Amino acid sequence: MTTVTDAATLADARPLDLSGKSGSRAAKNSIATVVMSLSFAIAVAPLAWILWTVAVKGGHLLLNASWWTNSQQGITARRVGGGATHAIQGTLLQGAVTAAISVPIGVLTAVYLVEYGRGKLARVVSFMVDILTGVPSIVAGLFIYSVFMTTFGMQRAAIFVCLALTLLMIPTIVRSTEEMLKLVPNELREASYALGVPKWKTIFSIVLPTAFSGIVTGILLGLARIMGETAPLLILGPYTKAIASDLFSGNMATLPTMINQDRDQALQPAVDRIWAASLTLIVLILILNLLGRFISSRSKV
Amino acid sequence: MAKRIDVTDLNIFYGNFKAVEGVSMSIPPRAVTAFIGPSGCGKSTVLRTLNRMHEVIPGGRVEGKVLLDGQDLYAGDVDPVAVRRSVGMVFQRPNPFPTMTIRDNVAAGLKLNGVKDKKRLNEVVEKSLRGANLWNEVKDRLDKPGAGLSGGQQQRLCIARAIAVEPQVLLMDEPCSALDPISTLAIEDLINELKQKFTIVIVTHNMQQAARVSDQTAFFNLAATGKPGKLIELDSTSQIFNNPSVKATEDYISGRFG
Repeated sequence: MTTVTDAATLADARPLDLSGKSGSRAAKNSIATVVMSLSFAIAVAPLAWILWTVAVKGGHLLLNASWWTNSQQGITARRVGGGATHAIQGTLLQGAVTAAISVPIGVLTAVYLVEYGRGKLARVVSFMVDILTGVPSIVAGLFIYSVFMTTFGMQRAAIFVCLALTLLMIPTIVRSTEEMLKLVPNELREASYALGVPKWKTIFSIVLPTAFSGIVTGILLGLARIMGETAPLLILGPYTKAIASDLFSGNMATLPTMINQDRDQALQPAVDRIWAASLTLIVLILILNLLGRFISSRSKV
Repeated sequence: MAKRIDVTDLNIFYGNFKAVEGVSMSIPPRAVTAFIGPSGCGKSTVLRTLNRMHEVIPGGRVEGKVLLDGQDLYAGDVDPVAVRRSVGMVFQRPNPFPTMTIRDNVAAGLKLNGVKDKKRLNEVVEKSLRGANLWNEVKDRLDKPGAGLSGGQQQRLCIARAIAVEPQVLLMDEPCSALDPISTLAIEDLINELKQKFTIVIVTHNMQQAARVSDQTAFFNLAATGKPGKLIELDSTSQIFNNPSVKATEDYISGRFG
């Protein structure tokens, strides 16, 4: 009891100073604020500039309904008109097929690494995923080309673009799904085991549903990334002005190849279309990103 | 329904580390057995070997015998999944499945094991929630998420979920340590009711709780950090708390250490 009283007296004896912060601390604070704001401005400025330029130069074409309903068939660089349906459809179709191949492989690989992977095999798989993450997209394109065109003598087609994009998408899905599965509390797995539920069923009925929104977000962000990918398309997916939906033969247009097609044109109608196609691609990817963020904001983990 | 458990010469390992050594005990049916002891003495570890949850941890392994009504849980042909259907478990922190409604949480054990009959599931949900003293509080919101309940309600939901699969034994790993005194009281009342039907083993750090709810008490201790934990004494609860035969038990209970 006496010690408490002593301490109280000591504390009271010292004068209480709550006056303003010292000069040097205030200065440091101002410098840090300025540096951070500047860094932010430098990072955002080019982004805003790109968006602004693309919107100003290509925006007017997007407001025209024919942009969304027509292809470029029969339209030359001199002529105004036509649309990007063929390219939008190609990009969406190739994205969907790529996702259909990559998602099961990527998610199941992540399930293996998080739920089952112990020892050497898991380390090798994890290492391979790391290597795959680092493969440049043009190398993925060349790899598919050398296997199917050079070795097997096949014709170029959209499906091979999808295979190359799959190589790029799988590692991003594996990594994002892995992170989400690790966030699922172990207590939930144990609760399920304690009810006499087998491990595989625990994973499919408890773990994956709990991580579902996070996994979907990762998939959408991965999809947004590969839809803007260009190098494999230049190698494997020649441009065409017509609408095409055959994955296995013939050419199929995509937004990146449409942009590339007319990039050395000086004629104004073609230049406008390049900007409009760029804006369309940005908008598509933005929608996917926003959708991903929206789903993750509703996440349960 | 309730079954007895006999443990003989149980050694429990995490990898090469021997966490618990030489435990032998008998746990009678339709009674509450409490495990008490200082942190790290292996009470939870022993508890988790009673439904083969210990081996879920990488490197976890066991030597010795655990007999459930004479049947060795660690015999070669025994399926750990089947063991866990007979020996249920309630955990320290309430862990309802976050993606499921209250109804689905209770029915999870049956549903995930292939029961589809809606009528039967609804009956089991009501019976289990009544058994866990939660029915009156949640009967109007069975289709709301289980995670929206209070901590004490969540823990009773977890108990309902555990008894819905009609186990013979119910293991409880510090079921009240994350709860307030009112919820704790509710769970303790529930334990008193559940022991009419189940064999109950409860790990607790709260000695008053052990004294209140249990019929027999096991005291675990370890010689020093890094040494394996051991069962020091097992006796009727009144004997352990009033007249323990080992000095260490008396010291622990009277608060002289731990």
